[in-house]
Amino acid sequence: MQQGTERSSRELRLEKSPTGIRGFDEITQGGLPRGRTSLVTGGPGTGKTMFAMEFLVNGVIRHGEPGVFVSFEETQEELIANSASLGFSLPELCESNRLYVDYVHVERSEIEETGEYDLEGLFIRLSHAINTVGAKRLVLDTIETLFSGLSNTSILRAELRRLFRWLKDKGMTTIVTGERGAGSLTREGLEEYVSDCVILLDHRVAEQVSTRRLRVVKYRGTEHGTNEYPFLISDRGLMVLPITSMKLDYEASEERVSSGIPRLDDMLGGKGFYRGSLVLVSGTAGTGKTSVAAAFAEAACRRGERCMYFAFEESARQVVRNMRSIGLDLDRWVEKGLLKIVGQRPTVHGLEHHLMTLQLMIDDFDPAAVVVDPVTNLIQVGTASDVRATLVRLVDHLKGRNITAIFTSLTSGGAVAEKTDVGISSLADTWMILKNLETGGERNRVITILKSRGMAHSNQVREFQLTSKGIDLVDVYAGPEGVLTGSARIFREAALRLEIDRLDAQRKKKRALLEEQIARLRSELEGEEREIEGRIRLEKLKMNTILQKRKELGISRKAET
Amino acid sequence: MAKKSDSSSKTDAFEKALKDDQAKRYVLRLYVTGSTSRSVRAIRNLRKICEEHLQGRYELEVIDIYQQPELAQDADIMVTPTLVKKLPLPLRKFIGDLSDLDQVLKGMDIRPKS
Repeated sequence: MQQGTERSSRELRLEKSPTGIRGFDEITQGGLPRGRTSLVTGGPGTGKTMFAMEFLVNGVIRHGEPGVFVSFEETQEELIANSASLGFSLPELCESNRLYVDYVHVERSEIEETGEYDLEGLFIRLSHAINTVGAKRLVLDTIETLFSGLSNTSILRAELRRLFRWLKDKGMTTIVTGERGAGSLTREGLEEYVSDCVILLDHRVAEQVSTRRLRVVKYRGTEHGTNEYPFLISDRGLMVLPITSMKLDYEASEERVSSGIPRLDDMLGGKGFYRGSLVLVSGTAGTGKTSVAAAFAEAACRRGERCMYFAFEESARQVVRNMRSIGLDLDRWVEKGLLKIVGQRPTVHGLEHHLMTLQLMIDDFDPAAVVVDPVTNLIQVGTASDVRATLVRLVDHLKGRNITAIFTSLTSGGAVAEKTDVGISSLADTWMILKNLETGGERNRVITILKSRGMAHSNQVREFQLTSKGIDLVDVYAGPEGVLTGSARIFREAALRLEIDRLDAQRKKKRALLEEQIARLRSELEGEEREIEGRIRLEKLKMNTILQKRKELGISRKAET
Repeated sequence: MAKKSDSSSKTDAFEKALKDDQAKRYVLRLYVTGSTSRSVRAIRNLRKICEEHLQGRYELEVIDIYQQPELAQDADIMVTPTLVKKLPLPLRKFIGDLSDLDQVLKGMDIRPKS
């Protein structure tokens, strides 16, 4: 029973015609409503024609649905040239009878109105075109031009109503483009006739950088995001990016990957970062952010994983050269094709464009690790809220692909280190801060892990040393004088060592002194013993002599015989 | 004196132009859709104009684009009925059932006979 209702609801669900436009089919859950008319409206130069053309061409190429393009503005030649810039070859599709392009020219100065008329001529042409290629998709670009060519608007409106009804009956999936008017979606109120789906394209310039945006104003029968989605027109067609995926449903990997710095791994619960997590490394200029990032990239390559390195401040060669000075040979991995360093200034393009270019490159290269150095350079391009939204999308994109990423963030000198300019720290799973401590006439780098979600990480500060053999972390001196680093640490440690040496010397001296005394006493004892022994010997001798004398006396006196 | 001859030459030129105009051949195409009332009306109106003003110097072809839809594209027809004046140049299009006689005559550059 329940199965039955499920099936019927599935059958009732609106059928969709995929547009093949990257991202658009995702936000509309499948594309445009099949067999119905959609309105694509926007100001001049917002990409309406390109949107419509890509919908048609993709229909032909990917879905085997022939299409008809009726242009009221551009001639066939212009359309062919414009579409070639998107990589579409219209003549080829037309010759193989899968696409039909018709140019309807409306020139008021050539036309005299002499009485009652209708648009039956247009219907016949459409019908002819549709039958010629067996079209399933149709584009009318821009039908509003008719209003400037014909003065009897009441006839026009009635005929347009009839036209849309007719297209629906024919089951054509249609795009009608319209020019945006002041205060209304289209100049002539086309939205009145097209009630199923309305898409608004926009092109605006903020701080000298232009961004294109798309919004699904209305989509009958479909749940759709009402946000504005940035899109770009590239040489591979249109691309729409969902600002944020509404769900946080990416996989949480248990796997750990090394940071490339063994002692840092120790600090991170002994195993390094989680795969697919976002690591933020922030610090002021010259604290070694790039080095940490490069070490991570190198480690990824050493594991045989692909890594993409976006350098926004240095050229690829410069990164390689600089990292060689701390013993990281990135060139080796570049040659092996495991590492791709992209040196590019974000200011070249608008923020959205830039982000989408990044995503395209990431999709093409399919890396396991990504470095963005520094992410803060994106701020120069957009406003803070734009940047944040952009980064959220980038992070979603990366996490959705289980890519481990390091973003470096440059904090300006005066700012608090625990605050990132873009406010992306909340996005980060692991956040490390690099600092320069100035003590005793020198600057020393220290690293702390501010947070690292899901692992027992060290809360200790480590001194961070860049040597020609790589990066090393050294325990800092922590004593009653506080935390000491660099020379101060060495000095303090040396002072302790000196004290030990002093005490040791003292001990030796005392020992020597006493040993000398012992020796003297011993020799004294020996002397006295010798003297006494001599006297004993003497006394014994004396006694023997006496005894001898007594014996001799006895013999002489014949007292004894 | 000079002035007078000048104005007379102008008049001559006007007379000549008028003569040429009357001598011009008209090549007309009328695009209709079957035998709808509008089509029928347009054909009737056009025949009348031709007989009254262009006697003996016009060539008219009536095309039913239901029968020959490809001709609609060739001639860039969108509105029906449409009358195309191919000659004399410039090319002009007249849309509608041609019931606005003054408009048609003005557009065709025909001066109504007084």
